[in-house]
Amino acid sequence: MSVAGMAASATQQRREARGEVLRLVARTPTVVVGGLVLLLWVACALFASRVAPHDPIAPDILHKLQPPSVTHPFGTDSLGRDVLSRVIFGARGILVVAPLATLFGTSLGTAIGLVAGYAGGFVEEGLMRLTDAFLALPAIVVALLALVALGPSTGAVIFVIGLVFAPIIARTVRAAVLTEANLEYVQAARLRQEAAPYVMFVEILPNVLGPVLVEFTVRLGYAIFATATLSFLGFGIQPPAPDWGLSIFEQYSFLVGGLWWPVLFPALAIASLVVAVNLVADGLSQALDR
Amino acid sequence: MLRFLLRRVGLALVTLWLLSVIVFLASHALPGDVGRRILGPFADPRSVAALDHALGVDRPLPVQYASWVGDLLRGDLGSSLSFHVPVAQLLGRGVVNSLKLGMVAFVMVVPLGVLGGILAALRRGGLTDRVITIAGLSATIVPEFVSSIVLILVFSVALKALPISAQVPPDADPLTQIYHLILPALPLVLVLFGYIARITRSGVVEALDADYTRTAVLKGLSWGAVVVRHVLRNALMPTIAVVATQLGYLIGGLVVIEVMFNYQGLGQLLYTSAQQKDFPLLQAGVMTVGAVYLTATLLADIGYSFVNPRIRLGGAE
Repeated sequence: MSVAGMAASATQQRREARGEVLRLVARTPTVVVGGLVLLLWVACALFASRVAPHDPIAPDILHKLQPPSVTHPFGTDSLGRDVLSRVIFGARGILVVAPLATLFGTSLGTAIGLVAGYAGGFVEEGLMRLTDAFLALPAIVVALLALVALGPSTGAVIFVIGLVFAPIIARTVRAAVLTEANLEYVQAARLRQEAAPYVMFVEILPNVLGPVLVEFTVRLGYAIFATATLSFLGFGIQPPAPDWGLSIFEQYSFLVGGLWWPVLFPALAIASLVVAVNLVADGLSQALDR
Repeated sequence: MLRFLLRRVGLALVTLWLLSVIVFLASHALPGDVGRRILGPFADPRSVAALDHALGVDRPLPVQYASWVGDLLRGDLGSSLSFHVPVAQLLGRGVVNSLKLGMVAFVMVVPLGVLGGILAALRRGGLTDRVITIAGLSATIVPEFVSSIVLILVFSVALKALPISAQVPPDADPLTQIYHLILPALPLVLVLFGYIARITRSGVVEALDADYTRTAVLKGLSWGAVVVRHVLRNALMPTIAVVATQLGYLIGGLVVIEVMFNYQGLGQLLYTSAQQKDFPLLQAGVMTVGAVYLTATLLADIGYSFVNPRIRLGGAE
């Protein structure tokens, strides 16, 4: 067989292996359930204005805190806004912020991990100490600190969550790079006197994409967790936006009086979304491990 | 052993120092001066300048950093801008309260998590394993404030079994205090359960597959004796280390829980100081969290190395 033919058949095999992984993932029941719930929320976010029965923001004080009924299946909140419509519109904010934050954190972390793992020496030691310092703080505390410095805004939340995730991803990528750096193709590239950025990003990066992809999906679940928590604490998306975490913060004092509907439905929305993303991430990482 | 100890302590100190730089820079990134923030927008510029000078915030950043670290090392944490009392006094009370809440959560979650992990590992691949793994994973990923709502609705509103408020009079007897802390601790238990169960499970699975377990089975020991004497004794070591590192997550969770249940702990102090831009309190609070976390991981590392001779003797370094 010619060299070109061997290369072609290797590519073919790799494509088949990848297809096999996808088929495995798609057949796991937990992944199917997670995927369907995730799709439902994406659809809500995309078609919110067509699906939602009422305006999510306009107050209607005369009909405040109405229990679930035919006109308001999820009831109304303390300003008379339809809870169902707010839950549907609320999918938008979180499904934009969380993936962007994860993308930013994964890119930054991958870059740090590549440089640390490939450069070694003082650069590696310095970068790893810095990530240790960040990891010595709970994510929420780092986020509070950074949001105080930046002021609350959607952009700041994306930046902060990315910043919190970057050290975690950097450690995974560095570990993967350390094993790659000794392989022949890297030494060959070095002997060809390729520039360091070329070796890192063109030679090594494609070979560590597997762990990076797994980290991305796992982190996405945590990003939703963090986005919702920061909204709840009032450091994220600002009122009167129909955000889930924010709605819970605004309405949870009514729980004591037994007014559960303005709070429980956004809470269930958050719970179903994070669990769905997590089920998909878990299935994907198990399939890639095989 | 001594070299290992010194290296670990040294690394922790370097990390703490870097943390102080990050905290200092973050709290000085905000534009606008401190005197203006305290005196309000209508204050006379001269009195703002005078206050800035009195507080020392008109000096260059490196000088301010040096004097801040010097004060920290001498135990002088300054006084809170929003509460007008010494930061040390606020933090002291907050740490004690948070410790109580954290202890209640830990006492509940550690036995549950370890037991769940052992059970899942012994039934590996079976239904019990899948249920514990998926339930644990889901409980871990659901934010504390979301699970709190369901728990409040079930235990407090519907069953009326647990009080919704965590704050009790400070002179209440310990049992009453614990009773009030159960509901706020439950969401933390849910978040930590998955982690602890997962680590225990993988430790037990590894020990089950080890050669010494096969030897123990082949020499005719009963299954119970194999599990207790050979598997668990080896498997629970990594769990100890992980439980300590979860302290960081616990403190993060405390911020949300203490805000939600209006409990006067370290978490709520951090939240209030961040909202009010109360920098002396925020800086000291964040440094406290970092120091507590680093001490806990350091102690876990040392404890782990005592039970694991491979690390103690420098083989696995």
